[in-house]
Amino acid sequence: MEQLNPRARSDPYGQKINRDHSPVLVHGIPWVTILLGSLTPMLPIIAAGPIVPPMGLIILVAWRLLRPGLIPLWAGFPLGLFDDLFSGQPFGSGILLFSAALIVLDLLEIRFPWRNFWQNWLSASLVFLCYLGVAAVLSGAKLTMLHFAVIAPQALLSILLFPIIASIAALLDRIRLMRVRHIG
Amino acid sequence: MAPPAAHRSGSNKRAQLGLFAGYVVAGTGALIGAILLVISLVSPQTFQGLRSMATDLAAPAGQAGAVGRTQGRSFFEAIAGYYDAGSKNAELEREIAIARVRLVEAEALRQENERLKGVLNLTLGETEPVTVARLIGSTSSSTRRLAYLSAGTNDGVTNGMPVTSPMGLVGRVLEAGSNSSRVLLLTDSESMVPVRRATDDVVAFAEGRADGSLRIRLINLGINPLEEGDIFVTSGAGGLFRPGVAVAMITQTTADGGIAQLLSNPAGTDVVIVEPIWQGEVLEDIEETVENEVAD
Repeated sequence: MEQLNPRARSDPYGQKINRDHSPVLVHGIPWVTILLGSLTPMLPIIAAGPIVPPMGLIILVAWRLLRPGLIPLWAGFPLGLFDDLFSGQPFGSGILLFSAALIVLDLLEIRFPWRNFWQNWLSASLVFLCYLGVAAVLSGAKLTMLHFAVIAPQALLSILLFPIIASIAALLDRIRLMRVRHIG
Repeated sequence: MAPPAAHRSGSNKRAQLGLFAGYVVAGTGALIGAILLVISLVSPQTFQGLRSMATDLAAPAGQAGAVGRTQGRSFFEAIAGYYDAGSKNAELEREIAIARVRLVEAEALRQENERLKGVLNLTLGETEPVTVARLIGSTSSSTRRLAYLSAGTNDGVTNGMPVTSPMGLVGRVLEAGSNSSRVLLLTDSESMVPVRRATDDVVAFAEGRADGSLRIRLINLGINPLEEGDIFVTSGAGGLFRPGVAVAMITQTTADGGIAQLLSNPAGTDVVIVEPIWQGEVLEDIEETVENEVAD
């Protein structure tokens, strides 16, 4: 069979005989990319206003919508806790908002089990808008209308960035599911 | 994407319980988050240790990034410099000629200043910097304006120390970790600095606004004497910030003060100086009370 077609016994994720997915990659890649996204405040961008989108949340939502069931429902607690360590928000706001985002996405999924990308983009955008608005309220800063005017560019950037992040997550998903482990 | 099998529990009791437990755990996580949030809003310093530890761990990567940023920018500036080298050279020479004259004048003024201070018996209040460090990052996605500094208690930094750059005041240390610290930038809405106009003694407060500018609120209300282009410096009132550090320039006047732009834009600041907490007046007050007590 291999003489006729060398890829006969393989699929896009590699050979099927004698190979299996690596659990490290399968679960490691989503978690590590989300944690790296939460580390964006350590990038040398000293911004005068909130400009950079909440990368941790965007990557989390991208993975959640791409592979339902991969990120467990309780993941909001550890991921939010890590985000809180660097984001500058009061401790606990990330835990609360990440958990809430995951629960909301889960409820959306029960309501609309079959979705296309546009629906995913719409639901992600709504999550980002709510997250940024509530995060501004919970930030502990004295709120003025200016605060909400200032987060508008950030919200727009987050929404526009989602398709790109979703594509990157889809690319990483192929690496994630590579059959690299030898069996037997 | 196909719905995962986990959502179709059907009449499987075990699957139903698992699904329910997932929601309970996630809800509990959110609830714990809400409780932690209330605690940290009431007393913001509660989780300082945890945050400092995390920042200390991530700081080396941030510092490498900060060095890269500086080098990258100077690289592009060097290329840009070739484009108008001739005219720039001529302009610089003209400026140097003027600057030499100014330098001599300044030297004369300095001597006169020293002499007058000697007459008045004033000691020169030169502050020795605690340390020199880099800003390695900022909370660029939050509405709070905090920056991360690449120096901590190991370098002598403690909470409350003012952070300045050669261009002016940047902020103050909010939480000092062992190798890194968090700096409350002047533009954070929780930041408030007592300032005065550089040319006279119009005193005001400089409050941070969300969009990267400062709001100057005059203490003495009345006819607003401010004009666009006025420079504000720290007044030193209440301690903490030593007087005479440049803060901001008025760009727009309002009924009770004005809107000012920072002179030392943190985005353009590579290296910052951490200064000791200034306690000039406090010290004087203590000395006075001690003298009074001794006299009594």
